[in-house]
Amino acid sequence: MSRESALVTADWAEQNIGADNVVFVEVDEDTAAYDGGHIAGAVKINWKTELQDQVRRDFVNKEQFEALLSSKGIGNDDKVVLYGGNNNWFAAYAYWYFKLYGHGDVKLLDGGRKKWELDGRPLTKEEVSRSATTYVAVHDQDLSIRAFRDDAVKAIGVLNLVDVRSPDEFAGRLLAPAHLPQEQAQRPGHIPTAVSVPWSKAANEDGTFKSDDDLRELYAAAGLDDSKATIAYCRIGERSSHTWFVLKEILGHSDVRNYDGSWTEYGSLVGVPVAVGDEPGNA
Amino acid sequence: MSAVDSCGAPEQSAPIPASVDVEKETVITGVVSSGDGPVGGAYVRLLDSTGEFTAEVVTSPAGQFRFFAAPGNWTLRALSRQGNGDASLAADRGINEIAVAVA
Repeated sequence: MSRESALVTADWAEQNIGADNVVFVEVDEDTAAYDGGHIAGAVKINWKTELQDQVRRDFVNKEQFEALLSSKGIGNDDKVVLYGGNNNWFAAYAYWYFKLYGHGDVKLLDGGRKKWELDGRPLTKEEVSRSATTYVAVHDQDLSIRAFRDDAVKAIGVLNLVDVRSPDEFAGRLLAPAHLPQEQAQRPGHIPTAVSVPWSKAANEDGTFKSDDDLRELYAAAGLDDSKATIAYCRIGERSSHTWFVLKEILGHSDVRNYDGSWTEYGSLVGVPVAVGDEPGNA
Repeated sequence: MSAVDSCGAPEQSAPIPASVDVEKETVITGVVSSGDGPVGGAYVRLLDSTGEFTAEVVTSPAGQFRFFAAPGNWTLRALSRQGNGDASLAADRGINEIAVAVA
């Protein structure tokens, strides 16, 4: 994988609006953003109601994913270009889903909604309708890119653990990103031995990803050991999808998993080790 | 009615959901404006005392933004089509108001 295989630029995207077999998909945390204006022809995926199982805390299963993509008019051979707000957090999260279920051609729009808006590129409120398809997932979930809580515990002191939340969340001074209320059930802190590399260090102010050289330097300086597998986590798994994307899809690291249970799960577990403060802590 | 209304907070700050206990939260809120008035759709990032990114929101049509932080020193940085701007504050528990000008 590389920047070229995983990303498209805003210029490319603008030139390919309406192109055959290219489907733009907007994925947001603030799902009202799409209704206020979207890239022409883009369909919307609601990460909360459409990508999550509505009863259990888990993702939609293979059949639900197939039904979702079919209803959105996305075909197996379409090039899917994902974008969204929050510096592409939820678009990166959706990208990871598309990879979990083996979609062939999926890209992230570099800079997402923010760069698009700051550039003054066109958005429309025009309703989009695409004919339904019969989407068939290539395989069930590819668990080589998904980590569960036991994997996270076993990784302490053994694998690279990357905590991509803000420094205050890592240290335990905040429990959630600062645009959300702070009262939470779980304990504050981080998984012992995790290094702190906030997702934001991988992005420029306009939401685009930093250069390959800058990214390599960032993780090297943080002490990420290239010879080991890596598990990335955050609070609910969306910011860590952004870092998973950087490590796996842009830099091409071979073994990178996203722990989607992340801090809301880990910080609620009984009996697991927790470190507080700015240092990784000991195993 | 939310707790904020009963505290008589100025109307220009972003509304706080009724479920949020402002006694426990450190709310940083205000308006982004340019020479032409409030700037809606601006991207406002909250930077911690070391300048590290903590969160980002988009302003409402009236230019409002709101964060839930912790007591301490913070910087706000706004990016918009009308230009960019910064403002810093020392926040305490409760509602902290700050204006950010962009040019």
